[in-house]
Amino acid sequence: MSNASLDAIAAKSDQPFPGAPNNWRRFFSFSTDHKVIGIQYMVTAFVFFLIGGLLAMVMRGELITPEADLVDRTVYNALFTMHGTIMLFMWTFPMLNGLSNYLVPLMIGARDMAFPRLNAAAFWLVPVFGTLLMASFFVPGGPSQSGWWAYPPVSLQNPTGNLINGQVLWLLAVALSGVSSIMGAVNFVTTIFRMRAPGMGWFRMPAFCWTVLSAQMIQLFGLPSLTAGAVMLLLDLTAGTSFFDPAKGGDPVLYQHFFWFYSHPAVYVIILPIFGTFSEVFPVYARKPLFGYRFVVVSSVIITVLSAMVWVHHMFASGTPSWMRMLFMFSTMLISVPTGVKVFAWVATVWGGKLRLDTPMLFALGGLVCFLFAGITGVMLGAVPFDIHVNNTYFVVGHFHYVIYGATVMGIYAAIYHWFPKMTGHMYYEGLGKLHFALTFIGVNLNFFPMHPLGLMGMPRRVSSYDPEFAYWNVIASLGGFLLGVSTLPFILNIVSSWVLGKRAPANPWNAIGLEWLIPSPPPVENFEEIPIVVSGPYGYGSNESLVSNNPAGELISEHS
Amino acid sequence: MTTPTTPKKPRSLSFRTVAQLVALAIADAAISLWVGRQAYLWMPPQASAEAVLVDDLFGFLTTIGSFIFLGVTTALLYSVLFQRADKYDISDGPPVEGNLLVEILWTTIPLGLVIWIATYSYQIYDQMAILGPMEHMNHVPQLGLMPPAEAATLPAVPERTPIEVHVRQWAWEFRYPDQNIVSTELHLPVNERARLKLISEDVLHGFYVPAFRVKQDVIPGSTIDFGFMPIREGRYRLRDSDYSGTYFAANQGVVVVESEEAYQQWLADAAAQPLTEADNRAFREFTKLGDRPISAGWKTVEPAPPPRVNFASSEEDSYE
Ligand code: HEM
Ligand SMILES: [Cu+2]
Repeated sequence: MSNASLDAIAAKSDQPFPGAPNNWRRFFSFSTDHKVIGIQYMVTAFVFFLIGGLLAMVMRGELITPEADLVDRTVYNALFTMHGTIMLFMWTFPMLNGLSNYLVPLMIGARDMAFPRLNAAAFWLVPVFGTLLMASFFVPGGPSQSGWWAYPPVSLQNPTGNLINGQVLWLLAVALSGVSSIMGAVNFVTTIFRMRAPGMGWFRMPAFCWTVLSAQMIQLFGLPSLTAGAVMLLLDLTAGTSFFDPAKGGDPVLYQHFFWFYSHPAVYVIILPIFGTFSEVFPVYARKPLFGYRFVVVSSVIITVLSAMVWVHHMFASGTPSWMRMLFMFSTMLISVPTGVKVFAWVATVWGGKLRLDTPMLFALGGLVCFLFAGITGVMLGAVPFDIHVNNTYFVVGHFHYVIYGATVMGIYAAIYHWFPKMTGHMYYEGLGKLHFALTFIGVNLNFFPMHPLGLMGMPRRVSSYDPEFAYWNVIASLGGFLLGVSTLPFILNIVSSWVLGKRAPANPWNAIGLEWLIPSPPPVENFEEIPIVVSGPYGYGSNESLVSNNPAGELISEHS
Repeated sequence: MTTPTTPKKPRSLSFRTVAQLVALAIADAAISLWVGRQAYLWMPPQASAEAVLVDDLFGFLTTIGSFIFLGVTTALLYSVLFQRADKYDISDGPPVEGNLLVEILWTTIPLGLVIWIATYSYQIYDQMAILGPMEHMNHVPQLGLMPPAEAATLPAVPERTPIEVHVRQWAWEFRYPDQNIVSTELHLPVNERARLKLISEDVLHGFYVPAFRVKQDVIPGSTIDFGFMPIREGRYRLRDSDYSGTYFAANQGVVVVESEEAYQQWLADAAAQPLTEADNRAFREFTKLGDRPISAGWKTVEPAPPPRVNFASSEEDSYE
């Protein structure tokens, strides 16, 4: 625990003080408390989510008619590049890092992360590279326009001729984001290995922590490849090297291998914590243990291993030989097996339970249905002959938005609502939550379902104009897109008003099992008065077993409940 | 609670339950087969032998996908509708922690399923042979729900020099070396394997004709041999499928599939034409300054001048 604990002890004795749970100023300070950092991550990420969403709505505005008539083509290309980049590097990753930061130490019974200062440093890089990215809107020539893949040679073209251009800033931001993520990953892996409470063996650890562990291991083995690719591209762009520039004897396809060796596993960095969220939420609101806990958690690890061997499925129509396409088709198909195991396990968890359809449960169920759909289109995409037809079309855009909006964003919402009382000490408004769910679920399907028929018909992705036969489905998609924009309003209203005015939350409003629910809401600075001693598994619903043999909250709990 | 672990459940399912499950599975299968048939309607016209193969595969994938999607969502929907806790019921559900047999089944059945799908896809890809024939390890009997397509037995190809497909920011240009013709419209004889050489002069592009279901990135610095088999006369859309910069969306063209006679006639007519400047949308848009929607005035890579060709067509030309 080292240095951080000294400040924290001082904080406890003298409330309110920067760092005390009821002092809002601590969110604007360099805090080493994992809970503060978690919320800092989440709020920062959400701001970028709104920015990325606005860019998307301008894109949908352009695409509501076939002609390129709303914005200039260069602007459209910058929009989709920045939209994708922001949504991944500024929203999804930081958001999930924030959730994991907040939850993992609480769930494993630790007082903080293993390296609190490293943790804070990793977070503070986020606004730094976020600012770099946003600054690229204002340099001559505008932001990068080469898509979030930044494939050379397009990414090397630099029409302005300036050394400081959108692409350079983009590459710097991505490299910094990689550094931040590696710092985070080292911290998470160490924390989970070393800081579990006494009695919490591997198979007593909540599934969420397993998924965070699996996801962060991917960061450790994958990011070096992305960072290497980004640095080589940066050198090609600024220092005249020719790793990837075919005009000078470089190999553009090599870049694609560097990029996808990380960026395919990265989709699992994103979805694994969502799997974890599903595994936590379903048992609570179905009042049943997680079905097949061991299969579920072990399949996370299997996914981590397999995810390193499937990246070429993003290059089936690229400059790849046939044998490579076939090999990676088989490995891609294989990875859907452990994924399927999880889906079936969640259904079996819900089945026969006593369901309560609170907002977190609604979002989790909606997210699961979207994920199922995306998994099925994913297996289709894994089949090379079919992928050859729909690769780089809207079918792919539909597939991954079902995963990333349908499953991931909805999963994130499920997590936010579920742990909101714990994080803030207030209850959210259930009616607004349900409204938010309904708008989101309808919006997702209106926006992203039409992309599948469009892709089958042959509409390429990343186009600023299109042939008139695609207009029908695009209008529906655009309306869905605007609805999704609207859907965030009840959420913001709900979060802000209930954080300020909402009913006080008890320690365990959902009657859930888990170490985080044994302590007050919000938890005190060092979480546990007494380190919990874990005596049973994480999902003992229906069996009246006690989770711990002591009272980790000390006398704190009585003052709140 | 001191009861020993899981509560006793009846080991054997009642006849009624089994009958209900079987009936549900049959209904699910019937609906899924129907959806799989609809899948053909979502695709563009089948203008190549490859399209027939790909659509069969897609129909098969749609059938299996629908079966799983319907099965799982029906179970979830049933729970949501009929397994809700009463308003004031705070008790828990049954403490079922798992069932080894069920878990093993839902691991091995999907495993078998994806091996089936991958093997079938392998066979389809092998028959398409768009990058030239693969080496066969063994001959597995044709899998899938559809009878094998006739495309497996292609007629022998008379040797013709491959057509060169040149693509640049942002134009397609087709060169017929034997006749020394340059065209911005790709003409191909029907029922004969088209052979192309894909060449990019600057960045990555993608050769994509949705009606043929074939696609291949065009990589600067290397020439890619590409082939497929048009089987239906008509005019089809060619699209750039790999993002290639500012005017990417405008980089389209037309492919004409016609009878051998019409093809020879076209070659002869085109050869007799002098080189003229083709219409080029990217170049046209780029030079039509002042007529722009909301623009940030960002500098772009300049489009190459319009190609000079014996036969010109325009992106605006009609197609199916
Ligand atoms: C059943 C599991 C899955 C399979 C078999 C699968 C398969 C695929 C394949 C083959 C592609 C490439 C399509 C193409 O570009 O032609 C793809 C694209 C993509 N998938 Fe999945 N996928 C699965 C799950 C996921 C998950 C869990 C995520 C994210 C959380 C995800 C996110 C994406 C993204 C972002 C892309 C597009 C990347 C891009 O082109 O920008 N997929 N998927
Ligand atoms: Cu992938």
